Order: sequence, then structure tokens, then C-alpha cells
Amino acid sequence: MSKWIDVCSVDDLQKNSGICALVEGEQVAIFYMADNSIYAINNYDPFGKVHVLSRGMIGDIKGEPMVSSPLYKQHFNLKTGVCFEDETVSVASYGIRIEGDRVEVNLNGVAK
Amino acid sequence: MSNKQTLVVIGNGMVGQNFLVSLMASDIKDNYDVITFCEESIPAYDRVHLSEYFAGKSAAELSLVEEGFFEKNGITIHLGDKATVIDRANKTVTSEKGKVIAYDKLVLATGSNAFVPPIPGNDRENCIAYRTIDDLDDMKEAAKTSKVGAVVGGGLLGLEAAKALQDLDLVTHVVQFGPRLMSAQLDDGGAGLLKQKIEELGVSVLIDKNTIKIVDGDVCKHKMVFSDGTELETDLILYSAGIRPRDDLATLSGLKIANRGGVIIDDHCLTSDENIYAIGECASWNDQTFGLVAPGYAMARTVVNQLAGGDAFFTGADMSTKLKLNGVDVASIGDPHASAPGSLVYTYQNGVEGIYKRLVVSKNNKVLLGAVLVGDASGYPILSQYFLNAIDLPSNPDSLILPARSDASVGLGPDALPASAQICSCFDVTKGAICSSIEGGCTTLGGLKADTKAGTGCGGCVPLLKSVLDCELEKAGFEVNTDICEHFAFTRQDLYNLVMVEEIKTFHELLTKHGSGSGCEICKQTVGNILASYWNEYVLKEDHLGLQDTNDTFLANMQKDGTYSVVPRMTGGEVTPEGLIAIGQIAKKYGLYTKVTGGQRVDMFGARVDQLPLIWQELIDAGFESGHAYGKSLRTVKSCVGSTWCRFGVDDSVALAVELENRYKGLRSPHKIKFAVSGCTRECAEAQSKDIGIIAVEGGWNLYVCGNGGMKPRHGDLFATNLDKETLIKYIDRVLTFYVQTADRMQRTSVWMENMEGGLDYLKSVVIDDKLAICEKLEEQMQRVVDTYQCEWKTTIADESKVKRFRHFVNSDKHDENIIFVEERGQVRPANIEERELLKAEIA
Ligand SMILES: Cc1cc2nc3c(=O)[nH]c(=O)nc-3n(C[C@H](O)[C@H](O)[C@H](O)COP(=O)(O)OP(=O)(O)OC[C@H]3O[C@@H](n4cnc5c(N)ncnc54)[C@H](O)[C@@H]3O)c2cc1C
Ligand code: SF4
Ligand code: SF4
Repeated sequence: MSKWIDVCSVDDLQKNSGICALVEGEQVAIFYMADNSIYAINNYDPFGKVHVLSRGMIGDIKGEPMVSSPLYKQHFNLKTGVCFEDETVSVASYGIRIEGDRVEVNLNGVAK
Repeated sequence: MSNKQTLVVIGNGMVGQNFLVSLMASDIKDNYDVITFCEESIPAYDRVHLSEYFAGKSAAELSLVEEGFFEKNGITIHLGDKATVIDRANKTVTSEKGKVIAYDKLVLATGSNAFVPPIPGNDRENCIAYRTIDDLDDMKEAAKTSKVGAVVGGGLLGLEAAKALQDLDLVTHVVQFGPRLMSAQLDDGGAGLLKQKIEELGVSVLIDKNTIKIVDGDVCKHKMVFSDGTELETDLILYSAGIRPRDDLATLSGLKIANRGGVIIDDHCLTSDENIYAIGECASWNDQTFGLVAPGYAMARTVVNQLAGGDAFFTGADMSTKLKLNGVDVASIGDPHASAPGSLVYTYQNGVEGIYKRLVVSKNNKVLLGAVLVGDASGYPILSQYFLNAIDLPSNPDSLILPARSDASVGLGPDALPASAQICSCFDVTKGAICSSIEGGCTTLGGLKADTKAGTGCGGCVPLLKSVLDCELEKAGFEVNTDICEHFAFTRQDLYNLVMVEEIKTFHELLTKHGSGSGCEICKQTVGNILASYWNEYVLKEDHLGLQDTNDTFLANMQKDGTYSVVPRMTGGEVTPEGLIAIGQIAKKYGLYTKVTGGQRVDMFGARVDQLPLIWQELIDAGFESGHAYGKSLRTVKSCVGSTWCRFGVDDSVALAVELENRYKGLRSPHKIKFAVSGCTRECAEAQSKDIGIIAVEGGWNLYVCGNGGMKPRHGDLFATNLDKETLIKYIDRVLTFYVQTADRMQRTSVWMENMEGGLDYLKSVVIDDKLAICEKLEEQMQRVVDTYQCEWKTTIADESKVKRFRHFVNSDKHDENIIFVEERGQVRPANIEERELLKAEIA
């Protein structure tokens, strides 16, 4: 099932940075990149075992968008949620889109 | 029962420990249960650098034993217990404390004793040998009641001991039995110049003095009476007249002993008992004992190899030495006395600069047999390569000791050395081994040292090591990659210069002009940091927001559970009772854990991100401002209570600390910066372990720079003395700005200094002599930072759009339900994972 859930307004996004939203009980980290692209993955840091990924720094590794954990600095691919340092570790990635001035998340969708 | 054999090592000195380390690094380490007896109360330490104990090194700093070494390798060490009997028939060792250990293999590494001449009165009070840390403690104690000290023995060790006496502020005499100083290593010319230089340093040198007795003095404690009828009054006597191998235990157990002392060993380092080896200074090979560490280490390696079934031999050792005695360079190579028949001698003497050099070469003028260098030993590495590898000398060998009068450089390039050339004699590292380490990817001096150990002993080979490295890198066409990351092909220093020269104000602008991709946490933080250092704008300004590490973005330090700690500034560690009460009340209200930090202020832990602005509003209302504990920036200026209260205080350390902290607070830098100010030389504020340390002395302030505690402690270097406050601040402005401009990312001042070409002298020439003519610019830059200071928290809470970011969920007022605390010692702490699951289940 594919359900788009309204989360916040575009103004709530932080350019070049992340925020966290509560979506049906899941903590979703949302990142708004310099080139206006937008990604959503789970906020849980599987290494630090706490919910902080939205507060990591973002950028790219060889062109792939990434967030670096604020605790121990592992990098996660924002498209897939897979950790660059250890491919056996990953976090869930979600669908996300901007409709008008609203941001919507799809927990079952996959990021572009 | 285990099928391991038992290996007992008697003596845990320099060589005994080196043996254990080599054994543990070998394939056969699991074949043995290892037990070692250590007569001294502490395990092995660096005897070679013993005299630095007086110049301020601690016993811990001299230790040769890595933390946890014995435990990790399962070695049993009996500290403060001496082996007293070896029963060779039953293969047991008995100790003073009554331990009886059965061995399969035994290694003697008992070292030597300082030789005490058999003179009547030699055992009077305050007559001390110079060999162990305990001896040094005795010396320190004796020095307290002494004014004059005398060293018996004018050899290498004796002269070092003289330095120690000078460090203890005693009037110092050296009493030499023979006709010249360092008679084993130097010829008359070299020894004469050395004597002159040592005397210039305020040490009196008595030559050709045979002490016949020591009796009560008239003005001092003792009087030394010499055979020529003269006398010397002194309060303290140090024996450093040579060493005697400690072979008593071996003698008792019937091992063969050499006529001149020492346990006889063969080329395998085996004694006359096939299960007992002897290594280090206690061993005699070919009727020769060795009073240096390098041969001892070579013996240790030989034994490890033997035990592993190898066929290594000990083949004697090069006794060349190079050292700095009281700042005077002295080196001796091979046979400096020209005792080989027909050998030829070249000498160069420069009375103006105080330099003496002598070469001894073979009859055919082709091979170097020996050399002496006094006053300038820079030629030592090259000359010892000629000697060790018997390389053909140039047609006019004296060019090797004559000063270069033209640009034509003489001597050996590293390229001319064979792969077998030994570069580091302490750890027997050849040029070949160094080259293969370089090929394996070691491209820095530090890396090479760590990988091959070369240069980590006496350090004499470091210049040569560096030139081998440079030469190899150049040959390989290596360009060392110093790019900070894949997005910028520049070093931090390059980026700083680009920002400065092109007046770049944002990351975006720098990336567009000089970078590629969209950046990563490395370049973003580095550039954010550079921009903040240079322009000092509000770090949460829209353009800079994404550049800050989480600590900086939320102006607090993230802890392991995702909560933050909050640290208000307490300049100089000063806080009013009202301030303390306010902090207490705020911590109580928000349920925070409080702890006093090493930087003399209070840290409050466990704040959720949404609580940060609320907490700070209250702190600011109570008169506090940001402590910048989250930034790569000035942390604290620690201070002792100083002359205001302290009986010993020379100046007001607190007032200076407060002034300095207010001046430099907010300064962003490549890494954190810590200061301290002590009110007198008792140094209660531990200023010498800080990036910038200041100590009050009678004549003003002494400035130390580039110290560090932390993982790799380093004492600060004394930079300038007796400064008035104005000059002090000027120097600090310059040093810090220069650091900010030229350091690598995440490089503390200590590492910056260690990597600086020219080191302390260079930094002085830039900051004090203004060699680069940049001091005015450096001061201007610092003044700009000082003038544009703002409390980031004040700015933040005044701006609603900034405060908005401080919530866990953008779309809900809930907070993160995974942040759960439990209580411990009357305060909160983060629940661990099991506790968290349990408590969450309970709540649900
Ligand atoms: C001040 C000073 C400066 C020096 N400078 C230099 C230098 O610049 N370059 C250089 O190469 N060398 C130098 N040396 C010499 C160097 O320190 C020695 O060569 C080296 O320490 C020898 O190591 P070792 O293990 O044989 O003996 P040691 O280091 O003396 O160790 C022997 C240990 O065995 C212990 N021991 C003895 N008998 C027993 C027993 N029965 N049971 C248990 N334990 C026992 C002793 O207490 C001692 O701790 C210097 C020495 C001194 C004192
Ligand atoms: S350093 Fe000196 S002035 Fe400061 S507390 Fe210690 S003794 Fe007193
Ligand atoms: S010493 Fe280690 S554990 Fe202690 S605060 Fe520093 S980093 Fe943390």
C-alpha cells in the first residue's frame, strides 16, 4: 500500500541540513540538499543506537548523497539507507515529495 | 598440563625489556610461560635519558613499558624481587622473597653497577652512584643540603652526571683520573676543546687527579684528597667512573666469567650452560663488554632468533656515539686513536667557533677507520655510513671535515648508500628496510618511525632518515596527497589563503570557485571553521548552518544518548555564589547531571535538544554566556588562585586569566585551544600542559607554547621570559593567528609544532623577530576577531526562526521517547540499552 502522509511545510525544511518528523510512530529524518533535492531515511543510528541521524552533516561521496552520523561519523547513503563503511548495515529509506508548499512522506515508498 | 616451557628472565632493565618485546613480537611467543625478576621497584625505564629526570621528565615518561604490556602478554613480573640463586643442576631460580621457579631456559640481563673506586671513605653519606632512578632520588634529597657537588669520572656518563648536578643548582666539579675527558672516545685535541667548552658552561674540570681518600671537610661535608697533595671540598660525590658487569649471580652458580668481568657468551649469546643465555651489559663476548644499548639489543634479537631455531649470530658492535653534553655536540666513530699501523690522520680546528674534527683513515687513504667531532657533529651520520659500510672515501678525504666554502656539497647522498647500510643503529634498521616501508605506503617521517622503529632510539639518525625518505619519494615521482577530501584538491592552509586573498565569505562560493561535488563533513567543517576564524560571523547564519558539526549547530555537545551537555563560561574558573546557585537551580529544574570539568567550570549533562534554548534563556538571565565547549575554539583559561590569596603567589594569575579568556573567547581554530596561568613556578594550574601556558616569575610572565595533555602529552616549550603584559598579549595574538592560518585541520598546537620545519626556533623568528614581516597583519586579524565577539547563545535565542530548529520533531511537540534516565549516586545518567527496553516496556 502506498500512502502519502503530510508532514510539514516547505518552510520548515532546513537548507543544507536535516530535520526530524514523527510519521505514524516512526522517526523520519528529512534532508534538504543544496541542489533542492530531498531525501528521507529513518532517524535511528544503528551504531550509536540512538535517534540522531537528522542532526548529521550531509554532502556526497563520489556523487552519492550521504549523511554522516553525528556520533561516530559513519556515512549512510540517503537514497538507499545503506552504510558506506559497512554494507551489511542499513537504515530504512522512505519516499518523500514536495506537493505545492507541503512535504509528504511515504513509509512504504522508496526514494528516487 | 600445558606443554609450554618456562622461560625466566633475570633483570628487567633496558635490554631485558627489549628482549621481552622482541619475543612477544615473534612467532614463538606462545611457546613459553615467561617470568621475569626485576630488582628495582619499577619496570624497565630509559636509562639513556636518565639525566632528563632532573630537567623535569617523570619516571612515568621515562618508562619503556607500554601500558598493560605484561598483562596483555601473560608475562609474570616480580617487581622489587631479586634473583639470588641459580641451581643449575635442578634448573631452578630462587629469589630474595623466597620464590622458587623451575626454568627450561634462562636469560641473564642483569646489567652493570656503577664502578665505585676502592678509596677509603667512599661509602660516606651523600656519596652516590649514578645508575638508577633510586640513585637520582637520593641525589635530589642530598642536593637539598648541599652547595657543591663533584663527579668522579670524566667519561661520557660522568659529564652527563655533571649536567645533572648543575640542574640541581650545585657548584659542579668533574674529577678525572686520566689525562683527558672521555678518554675512550676522544683524542687529546678533541678532549681539550671539550674541556674548554664544559668549563665555559661553569663546570670546573680537574684532570689527572687520583683520589686517595675522602675525609671530613672543613667548609663542606667531604674533602677529597688527591695523590698530588691537592684537595677538593664538596658536599655530594657522584661515582661515574665506569661500569662493572653484574656477574655475581652467574659466578655463584658456576658459569664461566671473563677475566675482565662479565658472563662469557658465544656468538649465540649462550653462556657455558646450554640453557642459559646472557645479554646486555652483564655479558662478555670476545673478552669485551658493551656499555651501550645498541649491542644489548642486538644480543636480545640474537637470543629470540636462537629460541626460534634460527641461526643468527652476535657479531660484535659498533661503539660509535654521538651525543649532546650540556649543549656541546660530541661524536666519536670507530677507532679515533689511530692505533692501526700506518693509519693517517686529518684534523681541522676552528678556534673561533670552537670546532674540532679529526679523521683517521687507512694507509691507502681509502677507508675511514675513525673520527672525532666536537662542537659540530652534523657530519656524524655521513661519516658513520662511510665507516660502517666501508665505502670508498673521496680522493681528498679532508673535504668531509672542512667547512663547505662553496655551494658544491660534498659527502654522500642517500642514493649512494647500499641497501644493506645500517641507518638506525639502535634498532638495526637498514636502508633496504626503510625503502620497503616507503614502498609499502609510509610516506611521512612519523609513519616511518612507527613502522620501522628507526629514529626512535637515540634519534641520531633522524636527519639521515629524512633524507632517505625525501630521496625515495622524489625518485618514485611521488606526490604526497595532502588534499583535504575528494571535493577540494587543497590543504587546509591553501583554503585559508584562498579565503583570505579572494575574500570568500561562504562555503558555496568557495566550492563553486575551487571545488567539486556538494561537499562532505570534512570539507564543510574545515571551511566553516576557516570562515569562522577569519570573518568571525555568527556560525548559525543561513549560509554557514550546514557547515557546522552537530555540536556547533546546536551550540552544545552531543553525548552518547543523543542528549546534550551545556557549559556556561566561567572565565579563569571564577564564579560567584549567585552564579553557582543559579546553575544549581537550573540543573535541578531540568533534571541535569552536573560535573565539574578539568577546565574549571561546571558541565550540565542530559539536556534534550528542545530544552537547550529554555536552559540558555535562564543562564543568560543569570548573567552567563556561552562557554564554546562545543566549538573548535578557545575552551578555558585555567588559573591558580595566585598572589591575591596564595602565600607563594608572585602575581595575580586569576586577573590575567580572566582578561585572556575574555580576549580570546569565541576564537575559532583548527582544533580546541586551552590556556592556563600559574601565579608562581609551583605551577598549580599546570600551565605547561596547555596550548598556551603562562607562569608568573619575579621579572614578569614566562610564556610556554604548544603543550598538550590528552592522548599524547607534551610539555609546552618555553617561548619567552620575563614579559610585561602588553608584550605577552602581543606574542599570544601572533602565535594563535599564525596557528589558525597554517595548521592542518584537527591539528592541535602540539602536533603543529612537532611538524613545523625549524620548530621552536622558527616560530620564535616569526613571532618575535618578525622574520616574515607579517606580525602586524597577525595582530590586526586577532583584533578583528576580538572586536566582533558575540555570545552565540544570546544571538540565537533572540531570533525566533533560529529557536524553531531546537525541537526533536518538526511536526509534533513530543520528544524522543528513547531518551530515558536512571539514577546513580544521587543524579541522573543515561539508561543503558537493557534498562531502556525494560523501562519502555513498563511505561507501555
Ligand atoms: C646515565 C646514563 C646514561 C647513558 N647513556 C647512554 C647513551 O647515551 N647511549 C647508550 O647506548 N647507552 C647509554 N647508557 C648505557 C645504557 O643505559 C645501558 O647500556 C643499558 O641500560 C644496559 O641495559 P641492561 O639491560 O644490560 O642493564 P640495565 O638497564 O642496568 O638493567 C639491568 C637490570 O637488572 C636488574 N638486576 C640486576 N641483578 C638482578 C637480579 N639478580 N635479580 C633481578 N634483577 C636484577 C637491575 O636492577 C637492573 O634493573 C647510559 C647509562 C646511564 C646510567
Ligand atoms: S602556582 Fe604558585 S601562586 Fe599559584 S596556587 Fe600554586 S603556589 Fe600559589
Ligand atoms: S577521556 Fe575519553 S571518555 Fe573521557 S571524556 Fe575524553 S573522550 Fe570521553
